[in-house]
Amino acid sequence: MATSTADMLHKEYWDLTYISGPLIFLKNGERFPTGAILNVHMPSGEVRQGQVLEATKSHAVIQMLQGTVGLDVEGTSVSLKDTAARVACTEDMIGRRFNGTGVPIDGLPPVVPEKEVEIAGSAINPVSRDAPNDFIETGVSAIDGFNTLVRGQKLPIFLGSGLPGNELANMIVQNSGTKGDDTPFVVVFGAMGITARETQYFLRAFEEGGKGSRVVAFINQADDPAIERLFTPRCALTVAEYLAFEKDYQVLVILTDMTNYCEALRQISSAREEIPGRRGYPGYMYTDLSTIYERAGRIRGKKGSITQIPMLAMPDDDITHPIPDLTGYITEGQIVLSRGLNRQGIFPPVDLLPCLSRLMNNGIGKGKTRDDHREWANQLYAAYAQGQNIKKLMAIVGEDALTDLDRKYLHFSNHFEHEMLDQGFARRSIDDTMDLGWKLLGLLPREELTRVNRNTLDRYYVPFGDDGKKTSFGL
Amino acid sequence: MAVAEKQITGKLVRISGPMIEAEGMLGATMGEIVRVGKLGLMGEVIRIDNDKIYAQVFEDTSGMFLGEEVSGTGVPLTVELGPGLLASTYDGIQRPLITLKESSGDFISRGLTALALDRNRKWEFTPVAQVGQEVMGGDILGTVPETGAILHKILVPPRVKGRIKTVAPAGEYTVTDTIATLEDGTNLQMMHKSPVKLPRPFFKKLPPNQPFLTRQRVLDMLFPIAKGGSSIVPGGFGSGKTVVEQSLSKHSNAQVIVYVGCGERGNEMAEVLTEFPHLEDPNTGDSLMNRTILVVNTSNMPVAARDASVYTGITLAEYYRDQGYDVALMADSTSRWAEALREISSRLEEMPGEEGYPTYLSERISAFYERAGTVICAGTQKEGEEPRMGSLTAVGAVSPPGGDYSEPVTQTSMRVVGGLWALDASLAYRRHYPSVNWNRSYSLYFDGLRHWFEENAPAGWISRRQQALSLLQREAELQEVVQLVGPDALQDTERLILEVARLVRDVFLQQSAYSKNDASCHLDKCFGIMELILTFHEEAEKAVRREIPLSRISSLPLKEEVARTKEEPNEGFVEKKDALLERIKLELGALEAK
Repeated sequence: MATSTADMLHKEYWDLTYISGPLIFLKNGERFPTGAILNVHMPSGEVRQGQVLEATKSHAVIQMLQGTVGLDVEGTSVSLKDTAARVACTEDMIGRRFNGTGVPIDGLPPVVPEKEVEIAGSAINPVSRDAPNDFIETGVSAIDGFNTLVRGQKLPIFLGSGLPGNELANMIVQNSGTKGDDTPFVVVFGAMGITARETQYFLRAFEEGGKGSRVVAFINQADDPAIERLFTPRCALTVAEYLAFEKDYQVLVILTDMTNYCEALRQISSAREEIPGRRGYPGYMYTDLSTIYERAGRIRGKKGSITQIPMLAMPDDDITHPIPDLTGYITEGQIVLSRGLNRQGIFPPVDLLPCLSRLMNNGIGKGKTRDDHREWANQLYAAYAQGQNIKKLMAIVGEDALTDLDRKYLHFSNHFEHEMLDQGFARRSIDDTMDLGWKLLGLLPREELTRVNRNTLDRYYVPFGDDGKKTSFGL
Repeated sequence: MAVAEKQITGKLVRISGPMIEAEGMLGATMGEIVRVGKLGLMGEVIRIDNDKIYAQVFEDTSGMFLGEEVSGTGVPLTVELGPGLLASTYDGIQRPLITLKESSGDFISRGLTALALDRNRKWEFTPVAQVGQEVMGGDILGTVPETGAILHKILVPPRVKGRIKTVAPAGEYTVTDTIATLEDGTNLQMMHKSPVKLPRPFFKKLPPNQPFLTRQRVLDMLFPIAKGGSSIVPGGFGSGKTVVEQSLSKHSNAQVIVYVGCGERGNEMAEVLTEFPHLEDPNTGDSLMNRTILVVNTSNMPVAARDASVYTGITLAEYYRDQGYDVALMADSTSRWAEALREISSRLEEMPGEEGYPTYLSERISAFYERAGTVICAGTQKEGEEPRMGSLTAVGAVSPPGGDYSEPVTQTSMRVVGGLWALDASLAYRRHYPSVNWNRSYSLYFDGLRHWFEENAPAGWISRRQQALSLLQREAELQEVVQLVGPDALQDTERLILEVARLVRDVFLQQSAYSKNDASCHLDKCFGIMELILTFHEEAEKAVRREIPLSRISSLPLKEEVARTKEEPNEGFVEKKDALLERIKLELGALEAK
């Protein structure tokens, strides 16, 4: 095209032909590049924003950020705002609150950007990546001991509605400062479609924990336009990348709730009449989600890092639902919350068996946590799984049919839930977690502990003294 | 190629994600590579409608204007083949990622070009072919020591034929220096190009009869596949597909590994790149990286390049097969490739098949796995001379949504491959790794390998394998009874089966990829552990028949001793096993009813 960008900025076009759901169609597709941000001037004088999704000779498809109510084909005009969606980046954003597209909502003046960066981002060259290997102590036994979080990792929390996922996320934020490390720490919080109650919870919790001034928040609330949700995580991650890789911060990104993001994606897809994939979600949802999750990591030669904790509500507690399913295929593990444990009053109610941290091995062992960590975790996992199996068996055949050994496993597994998993809001150091684990293993006979090397057993294993009827270890 | 002389140029008329349409392209061919827009992004023609072409673009198309220029290159997607491939890391269209990093920094920007093979590096060439010799595609012109262990054979490119006029003397050459000429005037270099979507020719395919040893007990003993075979590893997320693929890359007996990370995680690739240079190649002791080629297209890299990456990977693998090597291709994950096909297909508005996948999905998948095989390599076959043989083993990870195998990619793949290593999330939850489900997995290669195992594996391999499978089957039946009526209903011999099966599961089937002594298990150790467990079973069963209560047998330290054997190294395992075998017989034999 001969027209330069500068010319196009001033031109208004009266091309609107078709409006459907969140989309509008323009007659001529040759005027704007795909991805461009347009100003849409409504008859009422209001100006909204839209983004070019697709361009053909005969038409262009625009998704409207603030919805299409009030638009008409006659009195509405469009003009180019920017050739791509961008967000302002500066260190002054730390401590500030923005809406889902980066407009301040804390009553303070707009930030003076050091630079404006395209929110779409580019893929990190895989050879530039540094393998994540620094242990992050979250103070939560179920994570530190069994599903260790490592700097540069993306580890989602899968929760069911009504489960205390926000509280767990807050606990991680409060505790995972970088100890013994002088690189500064900052939290980037991206919220998509969360309720005012949740927004208030997070903001208050960050303040009360003294982390308020370390948080950059992008908040799209449940009553904000749904299409904005597609921009929120990308704005958050663009600022996170700027802080991590240009300003050397250790950045923890919390994204909640990814389910709302995916619904917005589905909304656009169905408005475009695309062939739906599973449960109506678009076939490219995996690719789309990966452009969010893959923005976690570390880069060789850079001090900063991006660790991501996306949170998502599993519809009907179903882990095979497309949203948790595709997320699990991209992220490096998952933390799953359990309704059963929650009802027993155990906090955090982490359902240990389906949890996983793929990068755990990089973050544990000598010099990081303790050299017996791997075996310890394997053994506790195996024993707890065995205990859970026996619990199921007992429900069918009754307690009398169990062998002595079965009872020991059962006993172990009950204590494991009440002593290890249930820790309330108190922070527990990794050493305390591991010592507690060894005490619990003392409930089982030594010859059952085949996941642990003999030398390790000699060093740490102490059989529990009496008949095991004690209910507390006096910790 | 003659067509390339006249360059075709047209104009962009539609942009839709990774797909574009351009007009004025009369003369463009299916599969041809086109350059799109001012940035010159690479795309591949996938549909032609008169003078309009539809192309999938291997890079992000946002920010482009309609009306920008599209030009043909006259050639299909090709890869460069020659010395310097090993130890390299490429993206899906064979651009070296290191070069991209030098030119564009830590983030990949668009419109970059980079040559796959270093044009300045000199290689030590030793001629083999002689002046006057008749040669054809696949014949060896000379050799180059590419890495410490791999002698690169410089091949006459496929479909080239003639009599050699000159051959360069031994010395140092770059990949583009002429090293031989034919009488018809053809100049041959160390490097040649090969289209990725066409299988490279070979002389003859042979039935596979050599095992592809993975050094994983459950796979080698229960479900072994052959060199030149193909296998899939389906499993829901967190079941350990990637760890299996990486373990095979590290420990298997292939000579060259091509690892395709297709639509997967960037951090995993970072791990491979950090770890592999420091590991040892189990065959040669050289650095593991020196037998490996990585083709990486992470999930957030452009979706069309995923399709290219699997073909790039398998063509590189075929090239080393043609040199006479045993090559293994690891594709993680083929589901992401299928999803890329689905996305492009839906942008083309093709009528979808099952779950939105295109109807040609099964054709593509079958054609891909059929490129695996044991072959007599292409080239002149001489009477009385041992033919050059090579093999390509393909192992593809599959990521079924929700772990449900009834979905099209798993089902289609199962119809063509000879091995199924089914991973099971419920085993993974119990930290039973590798989480290969023994009731669901199978291998169709075992009969072809029977002879090899009889000759080369420890005596009794075949019968012990059968016993193990029967024992696991019997356990599954007994477990059903226990679920209904409780363990009390079982007799001691049956309870013994449950106990022994638990040993098989915990000791034999589980293998830690992170343990120094256990990560790689040789045949002797593999067989030894199974022999110990089954002997324990036989002797314990005799004791039970002498009316010795099971509790007494179980309380002996023998069971734990057997369990501990997997911590022992491969070397010297046989002696330790024999000693323990004696003790089992002695101690269980000595038990007497009170």
